[in-house]
Amino acid sequence: MQKLILRRVNAGGDEMLLNFGPQHPSTHGVINFLVDTDGEVMRKAVPDVGYLHRSIEKIGELVGYPGFMPYTDRIDYVAAMFANEGYAVAVERLLKLEVPPRAQYLRAVSCELCRIASHLVSVGTMATDIGATTPLVHALRERERINDLIEELCGARLTYNYHRIGGVAFDLPGGWKEKVLAYLDHLDGGETPSRSMLAEFDRLITYNEIYLKRLGAVAVIPREMAVGYGLVGPNLRGSGVDWDVRRDVPYGAYRDFKFDVPVGRGIAGKVGDAFDRYWVRVQEMRESARIVRQALEKIPEGEFMAKVPRRIKPEAGEALSRVESARGEMAYYVVSDGTDKAYRVRARTGSYLAMGIIEDLSPGMMIADLVALIASLDVVAPEIDR
Amino acid sequence: MTPTEIHERLKARFGEAVGPLSEPKIDPFAVVKGEAIVEVARFLRDQPGLELDFCEDLTAVDWPKRNVVEVVYHLFSYRHRHGIVLKVEADRAAPRVPSVEGVWKAANWMEREVYDLFGVEFPGHPDLRRVLLPDDWEGHPLRKDYQEAGGWHGIGNVRESPLVELRRLDEVAMAEAAKNRPPPPPPPAPAAPAPAAPAAPKA
Repeated sequence: MQKLILRRVNAGGDEMLLNFGPQHPSTHGVINFLVDTDGEVMRKAVPDVGYLHRSIEKIGELVGYPGFMPYTDRIDYVAAMFANEGYAVAVERLLKLEVPPRAQYLRAVSCELCRIASHLVSVGTMATDIGATTPLVHALRERERINDLIEELCGARLTYNYHRIGGVAFDLPGGWKEKVLAYLDHLDGGETPSRSMLAEFDRLITYNEIYLKRLGAVAVIPREMAVGYGLVGPNLRGSGVDWDVRRDVPYGAYRDFKFDVPVGRGIAGKVGDAFDRYWVRVQEMRESARIVRQALEKIPEGEFMAKVPRRIKPEAGEALSRVESARGEMAYYVVSDGTDKAYRVRARTGSYLAMGIIEDLSPGMMIADLVALIASLDVVAPEIDR
Repeated sequence: MTPTEIHERLKARFGEAVGPLSEPKIDPFAVVKGEAIVEVARFLRDQPGLELDFCEDLTAVDWPKRNVVEVVYHLFSYRHRHGIVLKVEADRAAPRVPSVEGVWKAANWMEREVYDLFGVEFPGHPDLRRVLLPDDWEGHPLRKDYQEAGGWHGIGNVRESPLVELRRLDEVAMAEAAKNRPPPPPPPAPAAPAPAAPAAPKA
């Protein structure tokens, strides 16, 4: 990084080296981009990450298996439920532990609510980054209500620490189901979708002419590029790849639910542009609401925690878990050496690899479109740096 | 295809360069010779029927007892929905594993991370720099024998417990208060013995 700065400064001429970040509202956290520009056009944007590196993987080796669960929240504090779930699933695979069906349903409910909350942040901040300030306020207002619901479920609003190895921490509180259903009716309208919050959001921003023109055919990621660079989740689906871990490699209770997987269709221009990635997230909120409804309807009675030994000591081996986080597939690779501490914990996150594509995608793009690209990739700094 | 079938095809093509599949504990894996990994990777990605187009994870595990750093590849195919885990073992003293960046672009940043945190060199990587830690960081923290260097550019990584300072302030305040307080009154004369408690009423 140091060498790059020196080279550009010495080059002289009309070119400029811009520092975009680390304290910039559009970088979604503490990320720095070294932008090599020629007028309004970028030669290259080189991401410089690591400002939020907290060595969470090393902590995973130093604390016991259950003790690591609160740390996983900090991997992605916008959608912490998935980080919980991924780690729990990995250790359960190591232990060959069956999770009771009620716990699996509770996990699905909590995760899908969390997905809606995370996508609301994503689409709201994206609108702000593009220049529409109002939608963020609408989105955050809705997210507050989800935070309230999750707070009632597990006592925390951001770093939930709700999932446990072998189940979940708490059962449904009384009257919670009705509150969630009422909220979902407000969110997607239930019987009258046109009067819902999401319809309002669509009218306000999604199919807004200016928005469509601003994002159509901007920062296009073709299908092969998306797969090769390891994009996951909504970013991958935005590029037209019909893939969702929940449907294609189902885990937990997801076998029991019917839902569609929205895939980018190039509504605003080309398949894989910034608008497609945005649009996929808006549609996913509707699908998540569908899943929560089904889960609450079918939730079985019984235990919400498996019989787990007090000291968790998996036999030596290794396991990978894959869960569909709000930012795409999240994989935990846990290696056990037979003691009560993990030998290696690795969290492979969607944002990290989404950052890897920016350097190669940026040449020739406008500086203003870099903001659209970052926002549409929905990167979250703690998830990059861990 | 199951991992076993993928492994058989690899074995048929590369012979000795691909080790046996580990006994299936949870996720079976195969150890590949370092110099063959790029060819193996390209074969797995391009061979019809395999098409492992998604490099799902690339990371490393340090094993000081065996004196190796394992680089672990989790590969997956979106079309066929199958995958395999490969490992390359490198010498701990100077680990070098050829880069698979030319096969899967996703490997670029993941190899940088492994270089950063484990110190594995990837010859053939176009831009092997530290990614999470500062450029002039010393050591590779996810190695098992990593010792903290005691800070970075004067920024310490240890600090006194804030409770120590709080207690000191507390003691100063208490000493101050004790100085200003009027002397305590003389102790009162011992009170007369309390009358015996009345007997409990009979039930």
